[in-house]
Amino acid sequence: MSSALGAMRSVFSKEFKENLRDRRTLLSALVIGPLLGPILFGTALSLSIKRGTTELDQPVALAVSHAERAPNLMTHLREHRVTIESVSYDDAAARAAVKEHRKSIVLLVPEDFGRRFGASEPASLQLYVDASDADSEKRATRVRAILNLYGTLVSRLRILARGVDPLILSPLVVKDTDVSTPAGRSVVALGALSYLVLLTMLMGGMYLAIDTTAGERERGSLESLLTVPMRREHLIYGKMLATCAYMCLSLTLTVCAYSVVLRSTGLERVGMSVNFGPGVAARIVLFCLPFVPLGAALMTIVAAFTRSYREAQTYLGLILLIPTLPLVFASVLGLRPTAVLMAIPSLSQHFLITSLLRDESLPASYVALSVGVTLAVGSVLVMIAGRLYHREALLG
Amino acid sequence: MIEASLLQKHFGPIAALREVSLRALDGRITGLLGPNGAGKSTTLRILYTVLAPDKGDALIDGVSVVREPLQARRRIGVLPHGAGIYPHLTARENIVYFGKLHGLEREQCERRATELVALLEMQDFADRPAKGFSQGQRVKTALARALVHDPRNLLLDEPTNGLDVMAVRSFRRLLVRLRDEGRCVLFSSHVMQEVAALCDDIVVIANGQVVAHGTPNALRAQTRMDNLEDAFVRLIGSSEGLS
Repeated sequence: MSSALGAMRSVFSKEFKENLRDRRTLLSALVIGPLLGPILFGTALSLSIKRGTTELDQPVALAVSHAERAPNLMTHLREHRVTIESVSYDDAAARAAVKEHRKSIVLLVPEDFGRRFGASEPASLQLYVDASDADSEKRATRVRAILNLYGTLVSRLRILARGVDPLILSPLVVKDTDVSTPAGRSVVALGALSYLVLLTMLMGGMYLAIDTTAGERERGSLESLLTVPMRREHLIYGKMLATCAYMCLSLTLTVCAYSVVLRSTGLERVGMSVNFGPGVAARIVLFCLPFVPLGAALMTIVAAFTRSYREAQTYLGLILLIPTLPLVFASVLGLRPTAVLMAIPSLSQHFLITSLLRDESLPASYVALSVGVTLAVGSVLVMIAGRLYHREALLG
Repeated sequence: MIEASLLQKHFGPIAALREVSLRALDGRITGLLGPNGAGKSTTLRILYTVLAPDKGDALIDGVSVVREPLQARRRIGVLPHGAGIYPHLTARENIVYFGKLHGLEREQCERRATELVALLEMQDFADRPAKGFSQGQRVKTALARALVHDPRNLLLDEPTNGLDVMAVRSFRRLLVRLRDEGRCVLFSSHVMQEVAALCDDIVVIANGQVVAHGTPNALRAQTRMDNLEDAFVRLIGSSEGLS
């Protein structure tokens, strides 16, 4: 037994050290993987937050053809931070201007606007928009809202002038009450986070999983290794331990990076809060740890079947998608945690991470189920990987 | 001492070994000569326990490779075909790693590595990462690794492949030295000159069968040829696959 432990420790420390000296692998496993994801994710998130929040108080530019036909409307628009640029287009010129992106949106006041308005007939306005252009459509939405507001104001004044209570025009009042917590709302934005964490964790061990199996065979060192007086499964367990160690490092690094990055993105400004302090980060790492042996064994098994480093890389790229499948189903079907779903590795980690971010607590039995089933599946895979090393085909 | 009896091995429908029996004695260099594909590597792989024979058995100093492979492995040093080493470890670290896997203590491994570095004249490159090693340096490192636990029996699969003339000469001197220390050295080759120059005993193998077994003189006498090369060609039936 002690020789088994000794063998595993020797293999582990050799693989760990060797990988540590491989700059390229190290860079991808411990720097690019764990840090690049959070930084890109954080940047994208904070950019979209910035756009979402700042645009509402920015003045919106609007080209108006024949503004002189509706002076009061123009005053109303100006009061609502619309910058008016006077142009004199006819219908065709307005269409062309928007189509060719010379103007983002154009408002055309028809010739009979004043007459119809004065006669209390519906007075039409033409708004030219390019709905395929996000910017044009966004401005149009704001301008429409301001125009509708003007319409409502005018209709109330008209009703009032006829001695009728304007409230008669509002038979219904619908009030939205959003019960989601600020943390819960941010989960919508952070839905991909659990997937990225698991992916980064797997990638942290991927090169080692390949190098210790397909790589070792390709270099021709495997046969020598198999002639040492140690049981083959102990050798492969040592290798998987090293893979696990790098996966743990990647996992810890990336969760810390997400914690730091997300707390500085300013989600609070859009009414969200990120429940991602050191305590939560530590628990996310803990909840993901049971997945480490499972992932390491899975990658080792696949790499052991391949004939070369390159082939292993190709297949492992596909394997990385496996843990993501349950997550895709979960988000498409809008799944909520149940006892059955908590027995699915990777999906259960996703639910645990999401519940932490939402600041909701799941029953302890769910946590136990996730940890227990994931570890059980992992140990079965570890044993399969050990048995694979008894195949003669392994020598290639 | 290595004794193989009636080894048979099939890979799917292909019979790699039909029936191989051989004996390699202590204090002698035994050459396994045969054309490419004759079954040399398969024989050696069974002897160093990475393949199991379909039938037959082999004893390393009396220990069965089939029934007690772990015990058998303690008694052999192996240089497999194209033996690779770990590129991110130094030559010395490569040796020490295998020492540990053979169950040696750390200091024992270090001491043994220093001895082997001196024995194989590896001082110039012993502490460099193996990444940029020449073929000769790689083979020396792999051989040192095979010798780290001081095995009584050495199995080498085409060890001189890819070595230049100087490296081959120093390698031969080394094998002679290991033999003179009383070890059993068994190596395979398809180079007739090499086997003729180095071996005390020769096993000629063709089509998965041993076609002759004896000292060079005995083989010459058996085939009634003065020249060992002609003797080999006669034994194998053609010169194809030999060089």
